Amino acid sequence: MKTITIEMSQWAAGIAKLKDAYRVWSPVRENDYHVFKELNKDALPDLDFSNTRLSAKQAIYPQTQKMFEYTLDESRPDHHIMHEAPDTTGPQAVIGIRPCDAAAFLLVQKNFNTPQYKDPYWVKAYEKTTLVGLACNNPCSTCFCTSAGGGPFDEKGLDVLLVADKDQYLAKVLTDKGAKLLDAAGFKDEADAAGAQVTIDALREKADAAINSEIATDQLGAQETLTLYDAPFWEEVAFACINCGTCTYLCPTCWCFDIQDEVRGHNGVRMRNWDSCMFPLFTLHGSGHNPRDTKIHRVRQRFMHKLKYFVDKYDDGIQCTGCGRCVRACPVNIDIRNVCNQMNRFGTCPA
Amino acid sequence: MENPYLPYPVRIDEVITETEDKNLKTFKFVFLNESDETKFAYRAGQFAELSVTGKGEIPIGIASSPTEKGFVKFTVNKVGLVSSELHNMQAGDIMGIRGPLGNSYPWDVLEGKNVVIIGGGFAFTTLRSSIIHMLHPDNRAKFGDIHVFYGARTPGMLLYRDELAAWEQRDDINVHITVDSTDDPNWKYNVGLIPPLAEEKAPPGDADTYAIVCGPPIMIKFTQPVLDNLGYDHDHIIMSLENRMKCGIGMCGRCNIGKDFVCKDGPVFTLAEINTRPKEY
Amino acid sequence: MLQYQDKIQAIAARLLKECKVDLVIGFRRGTVPMMNEPYVARTAEQTTNLIWDSHCGINLTNYLTDRKEKIGIVAKGCDSRNIVTHILENKIERDQLYIIGVPCQGMVDKRKIAQAVNGAVDQVIENGNEITIKGPAGDKTVTKADVLQNNCSLCKHRNPTIHDEMVAEPVAEQTDIDAYESVRAIEAMDIDAKRAYFEKLLEPCIRCYACRNACPLCYCPTCFVDEHRPQWVGKSTDPVDNMTFHFLRAYHCAGRCTDCGACERACPVGIKVRIFTKKLEKDCLELFGWEAGLSLDTRPPLDVYRPEDPDDFIK
Repeated sequence: MKTITIEMSQWAAGIAKLKDAYRVWSPVRENDYHVFKELNKDALPDLDFSNTRLSAKQAIYPQTQKMFEYTLDESRPDHHIMHEAPDTTGPQAVIGIRPCDAAAFLLVQKNFNTPQYKDPYWVKAYEKTTLVGLACNNPCSTCFCTSAGGGPFDEKGLDVLLVADKDQYLAKVLTDKGAKLLDAAGFKDEADAAGAQVTIDALREKADAAINSEIATDQLGAQETLTLYDAPFWEEVAFACINCGTCTYLCPTCWCFDIQDEVRGHNGVRMRNWDSCMFPLFTLHGSGHNPRDTKIHRVRQRFMHKLKYFVDKYDDGIQCTGCGRCVRACPVNIDIRNVCNQMNRFGTCPA
Repeated sequence: MENPYLPYPVRIDEVITETEDKNLKTFKFVFLNESDETKFAYRAGQFAELSVTGKGEIPIGIASSPTEKGFVKFTVNKVGLVSSELHNMQAGDIMGIRGPLGNSYPWDVLEGKNVVIIGGGFAFTTLRSSIIHMLHPDNRAKFGDIHVFYGARTPGMLLYRDELAAWEQRDDINVHITVDSTDDPNWKYNVGLIPPLAEEKAPPGDADTYAIVCGPPIMIKFTQPVLDNLGYDHDHIIMSLENRMKCGIGMCGRCNIGKDFVCKDGPVFTLAEINTRPKEY
Repeated sequence: MLQYQDKIQAIAARLLKECKVDLVIGFRRGTVPMMNEPYVARTAEQTTNLIWDSHCGINLTNYLTDRKEKIGIVAKGCDSRNIVTHILENKIERDQLYIIGVPCQGMVDKRKIAQAVNGAVDQVIENGNEITIKGPAGDKTVTKADVLQNNCSLCKHRNPTIHDEMVAEPVAEQTDIDAYESVRAIEAMDIDAKRAYFEKLLEPCIRCYACRNACPLCYCPTCFVDEHRPQWVGKSTDPVDNMTFHFLRAYHCAGRCTDCGACERACPVGIKVRIFTKKLEKDCLELFGWEAGLSLDTRPPLDVYRPEDPDDFIK
C-alpha cells in the first residue's frame, strides 16, 4: 500500500473536508489533559499530546448507550414491547488514536464478535469506523506496549498510520478503508514509498528504544489457574486498592457493562453502561450472597482476567496493550507491570 | 444482524402460586409472534432472561420441557427488583423473554445412561424440565433407570406437587420425596434431609450412571460426600450454577468462574470441571 | 522529610518488635513519580519500606475501617482528624491504635507539577521548600508553596490533633488564610449561573467513584448510588445523575469532612470536587462553630441537638 504526504498547511482543510463525509473524533484538550471528543464543525484535532486521559474506546463503545426503547402506555398497541433504538449515524473516523488503543479494539472484538453471538452495537460501530493512528514519537515512561504485543509504531488494527516527521505527516495507508478516508479528505500527495519507509523506520527505532519499562508474559499460559488464584501475593497487591473504577474505565481493553431500564412517564429505554469488576455490586446475587465479596477477590479478578483467563481462552496474548493509563491514574499506585511480573514468575524460581 | 439482546414479546397466560409462603410462582408464557416459539427451541437445563419492561431482566431456568408445545414455563422466586415486579403481574400482561441461553444438561452424554436427579428447594425447575423430557414416550427408551430425589422444608414448599404425586405412581421412574419436617398426619413420603436419603436409596456410581445435583449450597455441600461414598466420579456429577448475570451471552463480564462464563459456557458443569475453577459462584 | 522517614521507620520497627501492634500502616515508594502506595508493614524488617515525602496524599484512615487488629498508623494532620471521626463513628477503637503523628508541611499536587514542566515528569526531588522537577523537557525548580494541593494551602491543622508519638516537633500552623474564597464566589452566583457552573464542573465525570472510594468518610456497606430498591440515582452519566451523586455525597460528609483532599487527588479527570464539601465545611463552621476531627470529646453537630442550634432554615 502507498504512503501519502500531508503537509501541515493542508491539514486543517483536509479535516474540514473530512467532516462532510464522516463524524470525526480526535483528541482535544480539556482542562489539563486530552480526551477523545467528536469534533464540532470548526474544531481541529489537537495532536500535541502524549496520550489521552481516557482511551479511544468510547468512540465505538460509549459509556452510556441506548439499546431499546418502549412505551408503557397501554393504549398503544405495542406497549411493553422493546424496539431497537434507531441508529442513524454514518461513518466515523478516529483521528490520532495511538497504536495501543487501536490494538485494544482487536482484543475487545474477541468478546463482542463471536461465532455464536454478535453484539450489534459494538460490531456495527467498529465496522463503520476508520482508525487513523498517530505513531508515538515520544512514548511515556509508563508505556510498555513493546512487551504487550505492540509498539509505538504498531500498525495492528489501524487503517492509516500517521507519522509526524518535522512539518509533515507521512500517512501510511494500511487498508482500503484508510485509502478511502484520505481520499475523502483530499490528501493525495503520494510519497516515495521506499524513502518514506526509511524515515518511518528511523523514527520507529528511536521510539522503540525510548520504551524503558516492560512486562514478562511468557509463563502466564503455563501457570496453573488455581495455583495462581491462590497465590499469596494477592493480599499485598490488593491492600492499597480502594476499589474505584478508574483503572477499568480508563482501560482501552476493559469491556464489562451493565444493563439498566430507565423510565420517564410512559417512555422507557433499556440502556447499557460501562461497569467495573472493582464494584461489589457487579457480582452481587439477589440473595445477598456475593461470590467476590472482598477487595482481594475483585482485584484478583481484574488481573486474572487480563493476564490469565484471557490468555487461556483465546491463546493470543494478554488483554492489555501496555498503554499505561491505569499505572498513571491509579490513586494508590497499583501497577499492572509489577502484578503481571509477579504472576508470570510465580512458582518458577523457588526462593 | 440479529440482536441477541432483543427479547421476544410474550403474554402471561397463567400464573400459579406454587408454595405456601407464596414466594414461588410459576409463569406460563405464550409468544405473541408464533414464529418466535420456533426460534426459542431449547433443551432442558437452559435458561432465559425474563424481561420485565421498565424494570430489567432476570436469568431464570426454563421449567417447561421441550416436549411441551405452545407455551414456556418459568418458576420464579421473589427476591429482587425484577422478580418482585413479576410477582405483581397477572395473566394477560405483556413482557419479554430472551433466549434460550446457556449450554443445557449434556443430553448426548446422558443417552443410554442411568440418571439420578437430586434437587432441593426451588432449584427444581430445570430438573422438572429434564424429567418431563426424559419421561416423554419418544424419549423414555433413550435412558436407563431414572431416580429422582427431591426435598423441601415442608410439604407446602414442594414445587409441582401434582406432578410429583403422579410420577410417584409410575414404574418407569423412582421418585423419593422428602421434607425436613411436617406435622401433616397424612404425609405419606419421607421426612428428613436429602443427603441421608440419597445415601440409602441412590444407586451406586458407575460408568453408566450420572447424577444431576441442583439445590441450595448447604444441600450440595452435604450431598457431595454421599456421592463420593457411592462411588460417583466427579465427571459423572453434573451441576447447574447460578451467578449474577446481565447479558446472558458471555459479554458483560460478571458471571465468570475462571475463564468460563456461567451464562454461556454453563450454567451446567461437571463437578470435575468446577473443581479446576475458582469457586466464585 | 528524611528525618521524618527515619523516625517513622524506627517507631514502626519498635512497635512491631515489642508486639505493641500487629501491623503498621504507612506508605511505600511508588513505581511512578509523585505516587506512593499505601502499605502495611507486618514485620520489623518490612518497616524499612516505609517512606515519607510530599506525595503521601491519600488518607490512610481509609485502611482502618472495621479492622480488628492492633494497628500502628502514620498520620498527618488531616489523617488524624479523620481518625478522630472514625473513632467517634465507631469504625475503629482508640485502644486499637498507636498513632504515629507527622507534622505536615503540605502535599504537592501532581497536576501542578506536570503543568510546571508542561507534561511528562521523570523525577521529583524535594529539598526543603524547593522542588526540582526532572522531565524530558529539562529540569525546573519551583517553590513548594506554589505547587501544593489546594486543600494543603488552605489547611489550618497541619499538626495531628491526636497522636501517641510524634516524629518531630509541631510545625507552625498557617494563619490568615481565607479558606472559603472559592465558596463565596459560587454563593454569589444566581441560581442559573450556579447550575451552569456545576454542570460544566461535572461534565467530565465518568462515575468511577474514585472520589467516593478515596474518601475515608465513604465507608457505607452499600452506597446510595448502588441502592436499587428504591433506586435513588440513575447509573448513566446523565448530567442530572452526575450532579445528584456529587451533591448527595457531599451532604453525607457534612460536619465530617476534614478537607484532606483525597477525593480531588484521586479523580482521574481532574474535577475539583472539594468545592462541594468546602461549602458544607463553611456552613458547619458558621452555623455550629464546628471543625471536624479536632477532639474526641465533642459529638459532631449533625449527631446532636442543642437548644441554641440555629433554626433560621425553618420558614
